[in-house]
Amino acid sequence: MKQLFSFIRKEFHHIFRDRTTVMILLLMPVIQIILFGFALSTEVKDTKVVVLANTNDDATQRIIDRIDASEYFDVAIMAHNSSEINAAFRDGKAKLAMVFENHFSENLKHTGTAHIQLIADATDPNAATSFMFYAINIINNYQQDISQSQAGGGMIQPEVKMLYNPQMISAFNFVPGVLGMIMILICAMMTSIAIVREKEMGTMEILLVSPMKPIYTILSKIAPYFVLSVINFLTIMLLSVFVLKVPIVGSFTSLFAVSLLYIFVALSLGLLISTITNSQLAAMMISGMGLMIPVMLLSGMIFPVENMPPFLQFISNFVPARWYIDAVKTIMIKGLSITTVMKDIGVLVLMGTVLVTISLKKFKVRLE
Amino acid sequence: MTKRFGSFTAVDNISFEVKKGEIFGFLGANGAGKTTAMRMLCGLSIPTEGKGTVAGYDIYTQPELVKKSIGYMSQKFSMYEDLKVWENLELFGGIYGMSDEIIKIKTDELMASLNFEEERDKLVKSLPLGFKQKLAFSVSIFHTPKVVFLDEPTGGVDPITRRRFWEMIYDATARGITVFVTTHYMDEAEYCDRVSIMVDGRIEALDSPENLKKQFHAKNMDEVFQQLARKSTRKAD
Repeated sequence: MKQLFSFIRKEFHHIFRDRTTVMILLLMPVIQIILFGFALSTEVKDTKVVVLANTNDDATQRIIDRIDASEYFDVAIMAHNSSEINAAFRDGKAKLAMVFENHFSENLKHTGTAHIQLIADATDPNAATSFMFYAINIINNYQQDISQSQAGGGMIQPEVKMLYNPQMISAFNFVPGVLGMIMILICAMMTSIAIVREKEMGTMEILLVSPMKPIYTILSKIAPYFVLSVINFLTIMLLSVFVLKVPIVGSFTSLFAVSLLYIFVALSLGLLISTITNSQLAAMMISGMGLMIPVMLLSGMIFPVENMPPFLQFISNFVPARWYIDAVKTIMIKGLSITTVMKDIGVLVLMGTVLVTISLKKFKVRLE
Repeated sequence: MTKRFGSFTAVDNISFEVKKGEIFGFLGANGAGKTTAMRMLCGLSIPTEGKGTVAGYDIYTQPELVKKSIGYMSQKFSMYEDLKVWENLELFGGIYGMSDEIIKIKTDELMASLNFEEERDKLVKSLPLGFKQKLAFSVSIFHTPKVVFLDEPTGGVDPITRRRFWEMIYDATARGITVFVTTHYMDEAEYCDRVSIMVDGRIEALDSPENLKKQFHAKNMDEVFQQLARKSTRKAD
């Protein structure tokens, strides 16, 4: 036991004497949460609109007013001809154009049909889809209002409800993603680097010659990063609740338990990487390229897994973050109980067991 | 003992005994198989064939007991650079299961005998190479092992520091520690009680420096070594 404690103390010395690393490790979640929560927001707000309405009549004006009043839009330009619309798109002064046909109001009253053309800048397709959806909604609302006042009847009135995230705040999606990424980064990358550093420095030989049990070496390497991961988990929770206003709807205990499981999987991944590499650089490359990119692209953090081609969907099954992020979303955002994420938990337990078994075996082989 | 890596025989059927309290020099050109042989004795590598005992324990069946009885200093400088001098001692004392009081007493003794009092609280990376090497040696015998293995311990240090280093080795043997040392420096070979010279994985000569010089009609160990090393067909790497 004394061996283990002497060694764990040494590991903490390594980390805390390296001020830059500590700062990076502790500030990284803060920066990522702020980046993803604010800068990389996919929410649609104050989209600039250019309007072309040759007959400025009653109905046209009412629709324009409603668009302008909505928090999603800002009527920036009143164009007089179509070339001004083209210019507005080219110069990036507008993302959406609304073209009202001539005699809009009259046509609506007398023939019952009037046309509005909506043109969107679709260079960012997700944003274009969202604000188009909002614009059509506003126009539909107007139509319902006038048809009700005219007692037309027979209108189907869709009522849209955005479940779990009524305001469509993107942080609801990013917080679980950032959690999944930070944990992998700290646990897997830092653990593998810490173990490989001993190999590179030659101290691993001394340890292997000494009566130090290999399992103690592993445990003490893991301990500090385990502590750091828990600190990071708590930081992210605090930030998301108090800064991003993403509430923890479900049970915090369940969330914490699932996170501990994920940390365990990430640590064993780091261990495995350390057994197959011999230089810190290689360990960093493998955890960087091999873990970060799949976590970002295949976990459902940014792109929904359901929309991927079948091959990538299959690959994503092997990304631990996918299961963890799913579990966090279910517990934290949807507020469901831990029993609903049993599948995620099962997969993570399986992954962790397999990884730990392989890496312990491999680690022993080095001892011979 | 024999060690093969695939079709390459790194150590070819070597056999020797080292007496208790002796300084045993293990010489050979780069790639002759010294380090591989030493690694087998330390339990870092398993011999393909043959048997061995270290400090009376079998290297196959009692590796844990072997590990407790030996000290090891590798050719790479292998202290923790971002730990203080006393923290390194405390760590290795802890790894070898020494109690806190004994670690403290021995640390005090060691600092005094090395004139290291001022460096005690310094980070190892701030020390000059000569200091580091002395410290690494002190760490390798900190738990008073029966045998200490030194793998090219004096690489890259100046002659004066090397001289001091050898004084420390003599002190260690005076305390009953057996020293097994590999080296490139032929003047250091003269300090050993007995030396073995490895060529292409085999031991070509094994005797005291005096006898070897007589046997090969050489003025010094360097000439002995040159005569034997010339036979080598293996390319040094």
